[in-house]
Amino acid sequence: MYAYDEIDRTLINERVSEFRDQVKRRLSGELTEDEFKMLRLQNGVYLQLHAYMFRVAIPYGTLSSKQLRRLAHVARRYDRGYGHFTTRQNIQFNWIKLAELPDALADLAEVGIHAMQTSGNNTRNVTSDQWAGVVPGEIEDPRIWSEVLRQYTTLHPEFSFLPRKFKFAITAHPHDRAAIKIHDIGLRLHKNEQGETGFEVMVGGGLGRTPFIAKTIRPFVHGRDLLSYVEAIMRVYNSYGRRDNIYKARIKILVHELGVEKFAQEVEEEWQQIRDGSLRLDDETIEDIRSRFSYPTYEKLPHMPDELRKAAHDPLFERWRRNAVFPHKATGYAIVTISLKPVGGPPGDATADQMDALADLADKYSFGEIRVGHEQNLALPHVARRDLPALWKALETIGLATPNVNLVSDIIACPGLDYCSLANARSIPIAQELTRRFANHDTANLIGRLHINISGCINACGHHHVGHIGILGVEKNGEEFYQITIGGRADEKAELGVLIGPAVPYNDVADVIEDIVEAYLALRANPDELFVDTVKRLGVEPFRERVYATR
Amino acid sequence: MPLVKGGKIQADEYVHIADDAALPESGAVLVSAARFLADPELVLQRREKVGVIWPNNRDVEDLVPYVERLALIALVFPSFRDGRAYSQARLLRERYFFRGELRATGQVLRDQFVFMLRAGFDAFDVKKQADAEAYTQTVKRYSVFYQPTGDGRVAAPFRRLQLRHSESAGL
Amino acid sequence: MTSPLEQKKIKITQPSVVTANRTWDGAVIYRTAAGEWSIDLSEAAVVRAADEARALLSESAADDLGAVGAYIAPVEIGEGGAIAPGNLRETIRATGVTIGLPVQEPARV
Repeated sequence: MYAYDEIDRTLINERVSEFRDQVKRRLSGELTEDEFKMLRLQNGVYLQLHAYMFRVAIPYGTLSSKQLRRLAHVARRYDRGYGHFTTRQNIQFNWIKLAELPDALADLAEVGIHAMQTSGNNTRNVTSDQWAGVVPGEIEDPRIWSEVLRQYTTLHPEFSFLPRKFKFAITAHPHDRAAIKIHDIGLRLHKNEQGETGFEVMVGGGLGRTPFIAKTIRPFVHGRDLLSYVEAIMRVYNSYGRRDNIYKARIKILVHELGVEKFAQEVEEEWQQIRDGSLRLDDETIEDIRSRFSYPTYEKLPHMPDELRKAAHDPLFERWRRNAVFPHKATGYAIVTISLKPVGGPPGDATADQMDALADLADKYSFGEIRVGHEQNLALPHVARRDLPALWKALETIGLATPNVNLVSDIIACPGLDYCSLANARSIPIAQELTRRFANHDTANLIGRLHINISGCINACGHHHVGHIGILGVEKNGEEFYQITIGGRADEKAELGVLIGPAVPYNDVADVIEDIVEAYLALRANPDELFVDTVKRLGVEPFRERVYATR
Repeated sequence: MPLVKGGKIQADEYVHIADDAALPESGAVLVSAARFLADPELVLQRREKVGVIWPNNRDVEDLVPYVERLALIALVFPSFRDGRAYSQARLLRERYFFRGELRATGQVLRDQFVFMLRAGFDAFDVKKQADAEAYTQTVKRYSVFYQPTGDGRVAAPFRRLQLRHSESAGL
Repeated sequence: MTSPLEQKKIKITQPSVVTANRTWDGAVIYRTAAGEWSIDLSEAAVVRAADEARALLSESAADDLGAVGAYIAPVEIGEGGAIAPGNLRETIRATGVTIGLPVQEPARV
């Protein structure tokens, strides 16, 4: 956990009182909506179909039990008793009243949570690996650097009015769980030949109307130079990024239009001017940040405790354990993924009661810590393996033990037309229907790892381009239609999916997906070949033939 | 539009001269970038103050030969959402050591005062009278800043280290 | 959200109303014939011609304090003059999400 100090707390409180004043001026007519819109967006407040939506940041996906309880409190007190975890380590509340927002923000500020820059044309929540600090094989905890960046990007005096939104993601593990290649800046922590820690810097990834995989502009930037290098990128973008067309304003378009070499050169020239300036991070500053992250003191525990041996006779427990429990760096401990994808439920939603109950379980079994991942699931990062059976039972009773992590029903979906003012089509009911079709665990297990991502419009909040199967809602003559892509992925081998055929109407989507999955089962070389690998090996054509032959 | 300078609403000593108008015999003048660049010496040989309005899509490097002789550079916010002038301001102050008046013009609203101050602006052509009057209150809103800029305010990382050192020194 | 400016060339092919969200709480509202806002679609002023629609929209958009993002939305007029939303988006705005909410009653402590 990262402990806020007086400085952090002061800033958050000052931000809350500023926003309280801004809301007051809006409600008294001193500010027009045109003037206020950007101010509310910079505090995470959107206007959606039914109400205001409030997006709260969970920096690098780390939450304390106290913070999770406070999120539950906000859901109950100011909203309708639930929240929605997003693909960017945020939580959204769908029914907030503008007049009550300052109070909600003040309640969150008490536990060190804020909504600064969760929207608007500024630097958004800095995201990272939800297993940071606990997964075996990590270079070092990437959250130290995420926090360095969180502070640097918060209320930046030069970069708060960028051409468009700007997103960072960091990973420090060979397996990328943070989807860094679809971010404006993706940072891969690694060590150079001298054993020094630094970053491969990738720029210009992003989905939306014009999807791009990020390109590397520098294979190694030393940790001490991280901020100056980032400032150089942001300055080039702020100065030259397009502002004439909202769809061409992201940095990916600038990188594309200039060419990656030219862009990298511009950044290099700017960086040389500032790299030895005040942004250079000395060891003491980094250590100061590092020292405010606390880690549990793990006990020496056996890898195979009696409790686990006994519970292994229960097939339901075993099914869950094999699916949701992952290796931990400390012997005798495990990382437990909490699926927020129950059969028939909206992906990523959690009720206030579930949040409270999970906070209690985190206190009991995970040193009071919870993680949030971009797949819209949660995790308990430090569970003693001997506690797994008890934890499983407790999760079962609150509906959080669905054993479908990474399986076909572990669907990423945006809120879609049910909530969102940008959407063209619904996402959630499509996801719900698919979870029902693939509710049988044995079938889902037979299919193996398969990520379905659904977006209700081209803005791609559901990351459809990088789903193994991607579903994009469009509108045709007032009807909901869905384009389907296959072969996308968001990890270290990130790739954009390819369209499999013409868009299909709402009622046909689940059938088409079932056909695609059946085609895969028939086409795969062996049961270990994942869906996405079969598509890679064979291309889209054999899938298209099988799925569209009878349509 | 009220001008806020030195923390107070003030009369503007500069007269904005249109591109096709003759330069007055005396008095501080403010001219467009186009007029200025057409013949910088003609403008700069005046005995009184000269300011230039610099658009936000033109590199400030073009001004570098003149920064010591310009009394005022006015940067432009065509919309409060367009943040290019923040970069221009920081470059002028921190890289090219412009010491004259750096004025924010265009859609200048109170909710951007702090950002502007931190980027190096010290004068504001404020769009609304109420915002100009609220200047002193507004700029006191924040006492904590995470980033170092050229404005001299102590950024949080340094303040933390200072605090640590004073603690460990038993102060 | 479509700004009224983008709707300058107003063409309407079916009966329409002006709708927006209420500023203080974001609730869905409709412009009434009396020049006020109502949360009830049945109280909305229905327009059938482009110039009527334009007039209603510009009058509605002038209330920047009370409402956000006013725009023209299609409706269907049923028997006896009942007003129903004219597309899925407006149906969802008028009657709520098409899925079950995780928590049925708005919970207030």
